[in-house]
Amino acid sequence: MAQDRKIKIIVAKPGLDGHDRGAKLLARIFAEAGMEVVYTGLRQTPEMIVETALQEDADVVGLSSLSGVHMYFFPRVVQLLREKGLDDVLVVGGGIIPSEDVPELKKAGVAEIFGPGTPTAKIVEFIKQNVRARD
Amino acid sequence: MRDYAKEVLEGSPRAAARLISWLEDEDERALEHMERLYPHTGRAYIVGITGSPGAGKSTLTDKLTFALRRQGLTVGIIAVDPSSPFTGGAVLGDRVRMSRLSTDPGVFIRSMATRGFLGGLAKATGEVVKVLDAFGKDIIVIETVGVGQDEVDIIRLADTTCLVLVPGLGDTIQSMKAGVMEIADIFVINKADRPGADQLYAEVTTRVEQDAHIKERPWTPPVVRTVAVEDQGIGKLVEAVEAHRRFLEESGTLEEKRRRRAREETLQMIHGELFRRIRERLTANGQLDALVEAIVEKRQSPYRAMQDVVARWLKE
Repeated sequence: MAQDRKIKIIVAKPGLDGHDRGAKLLARIFAEAGMEVVYTGLRQTPEMIVETALQEDADVVGLSSLSGVHMYFFPRVVQLLREKGLDDVLVVGGGIIPSEDVPELKKAGVAEIFGPGTPTAKIVEFIKQNVRARD
Repeated sequence: MRDYAKEVLEGSPRAAARLISWLEDEDERALEHMERLYPHTGRAYIVGITGSPGAGKSTLTDKLTFALRRQGLTVGIIAVDPSSPFTGGAVLGDRVRMSRLSTDPGVFIRSMATRGFLGGLAKATGEVVKVLDAFGKDIIVIETVGVGQDEVDIIRLADTTCLVLVPGLGDTIQSMKAGVMEIADIFVINKADRPGADQLYAEVTTRVEQDAHIKERPWTPPVVRTVAVEDQGIGKLVEAVEAHRRFLEESGTLEEKRRRRAREETLQMIHGELFRRIRERLTANGQLDALVEAIVEKRQSPYRAMQDVVARWLKE
């Protein structure tokens, strides 16, 4: 009998800032919502994140950035995922992201950006509704 | 439909990753691919890393893998962490210590949640080993969940089991001696720079001597001291694994081990499939509910019910 499909999500901190309180909290919130969360830790390059998503067959990649590097890192992750043929992986971002950057990030393929103060239930809901169906 | 078995054999990590997901989900589509991968399994050497939570299993796995890579060997890592019994979710954090391995094409890391399976591994771990084996990895390292006393399933999968102990847990030896202390092919005293490490080393060494005294054994587990975060003692650990491998191969124990594994696996598969089919039939037409009702109301005993169900099924 097939088990219930579990959503597998990578929670990653690209770039060099060392603040992972938010990312760790979110990892726990996603687990609490029944997901399997692969937490990668700090200072991840886009290549590391994408390779992790590939090996783990992740449905979602959640990126957190507080240091202003999102305009480079987030689109780069999306681009590398596409190059690896992982174009059905949902990419979401959070952290300190100025609202004027959001349209460009979305254009680059980031599905949604969640700023500080977003109710976590909303993030969970978004993921559940937009995650791929695994064939 | 994609030919995942063929892609795995050709070295596609993506195909391996997807097949592993199917195995975890007990998706029936995995079966035909596994059937075709099976002839290509049995080449990899399987190392188990087990020990209490916080003993340093992930860090040790990272350093061990790095050392093996320097020898030119490719490595598959299966890192198991527990699922929540309440939500079914899991935080799989072992990769945090293995970041530098994540972009090495000679390494494939897969995190697995236990999904309610006891014994220190996930239910599908044995199948995932086969995928990574067919995928061409020379060494497969399985890191168990943090274990307590009797989560010893690892010995059924691993050729060499390393038990990681650390000083400072007080009565570690006392609490572990019944089950898990017996399974070590190699004892690793990690965090050996900490107070109490010498005492722990002495205790474990004494235990090994006692074991030899009580019953003669063909293999005496070495006790290796490491400080994994400082990359100390890893060379000794690699040597110990190599020595154990040589022992298994030369004494014929490896073949025996693998035969036993094949036997257990086959029985378990039959068990699983029979149970699945019977349950499917029982639940499909409401029979099970009626049966449970009768048992709760004491109109029937579960013993009788069990015999009836099995007898009926065998007849059909």
